[in-house]
Amino acid sequence: MLSRTADNLFWLSRYVERAEYLARILDATQRLSALPLAYVGTGNEWESAVLTAGCASSFFKAYETATEENVTDFLAFSTANPSSIRNCFEMARGNARAVRTALTGEMWDAINGTWLELKRFGNGPSSREETSRFLRWVQESSLRFDGSAYRTMLRNDAYWFSRLGVYMERADNTARILDVKYHLLLPDNERVGGPLDYFQWAAILRSVSALTSYHWVYRESLKPWLVADLLILKEEMPRSLASCYEAIVRNLDAIATHYGRQGPSQRQARGIRTRLQNSKMDGIFQRGLHEFIGEFITENNRLGLAITEQFLQ
Amino acid sequence: MGVAFDEMKGHDGTAVRPAYGELDRWLKEVPPDVLDYRRREAELIFRRIGITFAVYGEADATERLIPFDVIPRIMSADEWRRLEKGLTQRVNALNLFIKDVYGARDILRAGIVPEDMIFRNPAFRPEMNGQTVPHDIYVHIAGIDIIRVDADTFYVLEDNARTPSGVSYMLENREIMMRLFPELFSRHRIAPVENYPDELLATLRSVAPLSTAKEPNVVLLTPGVYNSAYYEHSFLADKLGVELVEGRDLFVKDEVVYMRTTQGPQRVDVIYRRVDDDFIDPLAFRPDSILGVPGLMSAYTAGNVTLANAVGTGIADDKAIYSFMPDIVKFYLGEEPLLKNVPTWRCREPEHLSYVLDHLPELVVKEVHGSGGYGMLIGPSASKIAIEQFRAKLKTAPDNFIAQPTLALSTSPTCVEQGVAPRHVDLRPFVLTGRNGVRIVPGGLTRVALKEGSLVVNSSQGGGTKDTWVLDK
Repeated sequence: MLSRTADNLFWLSRYVERAEYLARILDATQRLSALPLAYVGTGNEWESAVLTAGCASSFFKAYETATEENVTDFLAFSTANPSSIRNCFEMARGNARAVRTALTGEMWDAINGTWLELKRFGNGPSSREETSRFLRWVQESSLRFDGSAYRTMLRNDAYWFSRLGVYMERADNTARILDVKYHLLLPDNERVGGPLDYFQWAAILRSVSALTSYHWVYRESLKPWLVADLLILKEEMPRSLASCYEAIVRNLDAIATHYGRQGPSQRQARGIRTRLQNSKMDGIFQRGLHEFIGEFITENNRLGLAITEQFLQ
Repeated sequence: MGVAFDEMKGHDGTAVRPAYGELDRWLKEVPPDVLDYRRREAELIFRRIGITFAVYGEADATERLIPFDVIPRIMSADEWRRLEKGLTQRVNALNLFIKDVYGARDILRAGIVPEDMIFRNPAFRPEMNGQTVPHDIYVHIAGIDIIRVDADTFYVLEDNARTPSGVSYMLENREIMMRLFPELFSRHRIAPVENYPDELLATLRSVAPLSTAKEPNVVLLTPGVYNSAYYEHSFLADKLGVELVEGRDLFVKDEVVYMRTTQGPQRVDVIYRRVDDDFIDPLAFRPDSILGVPGLMSAYTAGNVTLANAVGTGIADDKAIYSFMPDIVKFYLGEEPLLKNVPTWRCREPEHLSYVLDHLPELVVKEVHGSGGYGMLIGPSASKIAIEQFRAKLKTAPDNFIAQPTLALSTSPTCVEQGVAPRHVDLRPFVLTGRNGVRIVPGGLTRVALKEGSLVVNSSQGGGTKDTWVLDK
C-alpha cells in the first residue's frame, strides 16, 4: 500500500486514541479536584493534568496558572493547542478524508459523524455538567471508531498499521501518566503519604480505565506498587505497557510475514517486549521506577521513528 | 427564446410524453410532504457519506452539498440510442482531431481550422508534437454537455475533454434513488449505470503502454483533499480498486514512474489523472506546481506511462474550436454530425464581434477558456449595467470570447418549494474510449437550475442534480 496511506491510518488511530486519553485525564482530574483538600493534599491537580497530557510548555506560554477552566479549555477545545481533543478529531477526520478508500464505510461514518457532532459543542461546554457530557461523548466516539475498525476492516496491512497507531499512542500515554505520577507509586509511599494518596491512585487507574480491573486482578485495596504492576507488567490489562507491546509485536510481525521481510522496527519492538516480560516490580523499584519509565519513553519514541523510516515515508 | 420544451409534457403542456407516463401517475398518488421528507432524508445521507464539493473563494463554506432533486429525469430507449450514436461520433472525431493537430496537421493544411487558433492557443502543448499515444487515443474520458430544445433535437454545449467531473453524482444519485424510492423503481425498467467503474477500469487497462509486460498498475492522481472534486476522486479510486495518489506519492527514475509504498517503490503504468496539464509536472509546465510529479513528462514522452486523458487535449474543448466541430466531424469521418452545434460567434472575427456587440441583450457570451459558469454574460437576464461592463471587456479582448444565442433548455419536473414545477436541465453523459472502442453507460449527470427561469445549471452557481433514467425498452 502507499506509504502515505499507511502513515495516515497510523496517525488517524493515534489521534482518536489521544482524544480519548485526554478526556479520561480531564474526567479523573475533575473528580479529584472536587474532593475536599484534606483528601488529596495541596498539589495542583490541574497542573498535573497538563503535565500528563504532555503539553506543559505550550500551556504555560498561553496561561500563567493552571485552573480548571483554562486547563479544560486548553486540553479540550483550544484551537491553539495542536493536540487538544478538538484538534485531534479535526486531524483524525482530515487524515480519514485523505485515505477514505482505505477505510470501511463504518469507520468513515464514525469519524465523520464525530466531526460533524463536534460542531454541536461550539466553542466549549458552558457548565460542569456539559463538560462531563462532552467528555463522555469523546470516549464514546473513540470507542465507536475503534470498534468499527476492529469489526469491519479487512485483516491486511491497512488494519495492522492502524492498530499499530492505537498501541503506540496507548503505550506512550500510559508511560506519561507513570512518568508524572511515579512518586505516588513508590513502595515506601504508603508510609509517607498514607491514605492521603488513595484518591490519587484511584485517579491514575481511572485515567486508564482500570479501577474495576484492579480489584478483579488483585482482590485487595489499592496498593501503589500493585498499581504500578498493573500498569507496567500485567499483560491482561489492555493499557499496560506489557499488553501494548504484546500487540505492537504481533501487528509488526503480521506486516513482516505479509511483506516477507523483517526489519529494524520488528527487532526493536521485540527487544522492548522481552525486557518487559523479563522484569519484576521488585527489580524495577530497585533500579528506580522513574529511570525505568524514562528509558521506556525513549525506547518507545525510537520505535516510532523506526516504523516511520521503514514503512511510512 | 420561446416557451421551453418540457420533457414530461411537451411544448403545449397537455399530453404527458410516454417515457414520463408512470412517473406522472406516481406523482399524482404520492402526497407532496413525502417528497419533501425524502428530499431531506437524501440530504442527510449525502452529508453523512461526505459527498461534498468545495466552492472556490468561499472561506467558510469549504464543504457544501450539491442540492439533489428527488424527481428523476427520464429518457426513452430510442432517445438514448440516438444520443449514443451522436456521442460516439463526436468523441471519435475529437480523438482524430487531436492526433492530427499534434501529427500530420491535415486539417490545418485543408484550411478548415485557422492555424493561429491552434498555435496561439494556451491549451496547445508543443511538447506533444510528433508524440504518439497508445492506440491513438487521447480523450479516454469525455463529459459531453448536452442540451435539448425539443422532442428531436440535441445540441452539444461543450466538449469536456480534459478532466471532466461529475460521474460520482451519476452513480450516487442512482444509489440514493434506489434506496429512497424502491416502489417507483419497480414500476420502471431502468438501464443500470453501476457498471461504469468496471468499464472505466477496462478502458484504462486497455491503453497501458505497449511495453507493459504484466497486469498494468493503474492509479488515480488527485490534486488532494482541497480540490473541489476530491470526493469524486476518492470515490472512483475506491470503486476501481486502484490507489488514490497525490503528486508526492509518485517519483520518476530513469524515465519510469514509481509510487512509494510500504514495500518500497512500485512501478506505475497508467495514471488516470485529475490534475490539469499545467500542474502535472513542474519541470515541464508550471514550475510553482506542488501538485505534480517532477519528470512525469519525460516518462510520458518516453512511452513508459499512459496519462488519461492525454496531455494537450484541451486544444479540442476550447470554446472557439468548438465552433468548428461540425466541420471537424465531416473532415475526419465524412459523415454529417448527428448532434447539433449551438451557432457560435467568434468575437475574434470583426463581423462576428460587431454582431455580438449589437445583440448583447439576446446572447450568452462566454470566455473561451472559462468553465464552471464563471465569467459569462447571460444577456436576457443581465442588468443594463452588467451588459455595459461586459461590452467594455469584450472590446478590450475580443479574442477571449464567443457568443451564442440563448437557447431554451428543456425543462423537467422538479421538486421546489411551491411543489412540483418545471426547471431547466442539461445532461452530461460520460464517454469512455479504449482500445476496443467507445463505451457509454446509459445515463449521465443531469444538472438542474433550481431557480425559476434560470438557465445556469452549474453547481458553483446554485444548480442541483437529478438521477437520469434511461428506460430499457
